[in-house]
Amino acid sequence: MGPRISRRQALAGATAAAVFAPALRLSAAAPLKVGVLLPLSGSLAREGQNCKRGADISAELLASLGMPVELSIGDTESNLDTARTRAEKLIGDGAQVLVGAFDSAHTIAAAQVCEQHGVPLIVNIAAAPNITEQGFRTVFRNFPTAARLTGDGLALIKDLFKATNLSAQKAVFLHNNDTFGQAMAGAVGKLAPTLDLPFQIGETIAYDGAARDYAVEIGKAKASGADVALVVSHGEDAIKLIREMVKQRFEPKAIISPGSPGMYEAQYYHTLGKYGDYTVVNLPWINPKSPLAQKLLAAFAKQFPDAFFEMNVGFTFEAIMIAADAARRAGSTASKALLEALPSTNIAEHVMIGGPIAFDAKGQNNNIHSATIQNRNSKPVVVLPAESAEMAPVLPMPGWQNR
Amino acid sequence: MIADQLVTGLLTGLIYGLMALGLSVVFGVMRIVNFAHGEMAVVAMYAAWAAFRFLGLDPLLSLLPIAGLMFCAGYLLQRGLIQPFVSRPDYMQFILLISVALILTNGALLIFGPEAHGLQVDYAFDSYEIGPLLIDKVRLLSAIAALVLTGLLLAFFRFTLTGKAIRAAADNRTGAQVIGLDIKKLYAITFGIGAACLGAAGTLMSLLVDVMPRVGPELTLLSFVIVIVGGLGSMAGALAGGVLIGVAEALAGTLLEPSLKSMFSYGLLVLILLLRPQGLLGERS
Repeated sequence: MGPRISRRQALAGATAAAVFAPALRLSAAAPLKVGVLLPLSGSLAREGQNCKRGADISAELLASLGMPVELSIGDTESNLDTARTRAEKLIGDGAQVLVGAFDSAHTIAAAQVCEQHGVPLIVNIAAAPNITEQGFRTVFRNFPTAARLTGDGLALIKDLFKATNLSAQKAVFLHNNDTFGQAMAGAVGKLAPTLDLPFQIGETIAYDGAARDYAVEIGKAKASGADVALVVSHGEDAIKLIREMVKQRFEPKAIISPGSPGMYEAQYYHTLGKYGDYTVVNLPWINPKSPLAQKLLAAFAKQFPDAFFEMNVGFTFEAIMIAADAARRAGSTASKALLEALPSTNIAEHVMIGGPIAFDAKGQNNNIHSATIQNRNSKPVVVLPAESAEMAPVLPMPGWQNR
Repeated sequence: MIADQLVTGLLTGLIYGLMALGLSVVFGVMRIVNFAHGEMAVVAMYAAWAAFRFLGLDPLLSLLPIAGLMFCAGYLLQRGLIQPFVSRPDYMQFILLISVALILTNGALLIFGPEAHGLQVDYAFDSYEIGPLLIDKVRLLSAIAALVLTGLLLAFFRFTLTGKAIRAAADNRTGAQVIGLDIKKLYAITFGIGAACLGAAGTLMSLLVDVMPRVGPELTLLSFVIVIVGGLGSMAGALAGGVLIGVAEALAGTLLEPSLKSMFSYGLLVLILLLRPQGLLGERS
């Protein structure tokens, strides 16, 4: 007969099992299978590749934090139909959660697929408001809506003008006519009149993001007599716009984006050189004071010594971290368990500027804040808010011929 | 502003015209529609980018060598791959050339990746100020080069023996064979000339447009629009079509909405197909 177990010992054992079981289950379980859906080729390839760098450095870093993940990457090819089929394939191949998809339209397509399969979708980057307004139960977005992004972006313009003592009369609003650009344009149209901006928004010019050049668009912008260019680009279109401004000698006092990609990417600096400097983007950015951000920056510099760390990298990492955190708290990697854990997400220690990562009832994180980034010496530099600033902002921009 | 945009459209249209000329020449002589047209132009764009990036060669200098290399590639492609399909049904030719296009696009994707490669010459941002007009230096130089090359090509077909033989083969293939012309060789030369046009146009385009694999299908489509508007098989028509599309896009963008530029050129295409199916300078078949 073996040793007898007392009632007290049995109770202590049961309590210990209850307390440590989730951790034991997690350590014994396979890593969380994350399907990462990104535009790795096509018109959004550059941004998609930047996002992928965030994914590439996440597995090792998260494993060191006790949150193992196994990533499968799907390429949307910057195409809506492909986004849908790749989302299906990632889930079919065993992904327990999807992360993506950079473009708003692609994200909505992926969200529909995730909703059908009961698989969570954690949005890394996509700003169209309807992503979290359509009643999806499986969508969690760690990125500002276009309205929030634009509202923060426009509000920071006032601070920027104040900090540089700049005065201007009229702005021309140039925006890409894709889903993101339209959403941003809608938000600008709605919010600008309520924000008492230091200039009037005159002509609005919508352009095709895939156009070969923007000679006509910049010709119209110049003819409008604007002294500020408000730009919502979405990638390489930013390069073509600036190039055309230089050629046509359109010299606005400031070129400002209220929160869009394009003007803070490696290719932009590489192609435009000195002409890429002094443009301003107001958008969420990495928090250099966060210890986790420092770890991420170190991992990024080690793996991609020639690339720029920017917003796409940080948000893609955070999206994967949110999934891994949910799996850790749930003690399970099953999609259903993740869906139950995600609404109670509360991550204080993360990498982007803002409060703790937490989701409202619609799956939206409202704690993300924007900063003002100005290109200086072919690098993005934080110039506002003052407490995070690496340099003081410089406006009006020096003329194209004076650089 | 309208005058500025007119000049811009005209200059861009001349380069478009040179690019479309290759398509028109090949169809006019061989009756083959080159569905790999834009993709071949992209090969030339990558060649120009590589010559600039690794050898420091200005595209205006690498233009002739690249056109020569493209001529050789086109000649060999025709002799090795396309010639057996010359007398086969149209759909077989289409499938063959679409396959070539897909191979070229995916090959470029494998070798160069999906990212855009910009070619930054010293004068990339320069403009000439002539009275009230502001003319982009790159566009002006490219358009002059396109105009000169088009003139040389027209002179070749008009004044050289080979050019006359190609025209004879295009007019009456059987008759040309009867008088002893080597049709296969003439076809290969023609395809080579078409490829050389693309080599030159692609090199010039690399000054204006960042090169990436997905540009190929766009250029194929653009060339089709131009040659159909100008008249498929007509060399002068290709040039006129290019200028018309360039100017029409510029004016539509200026007077209407910039994002309507492409829609306007396709609208023009539909209008031409309805009112003059043979194109502006094409001959009714």
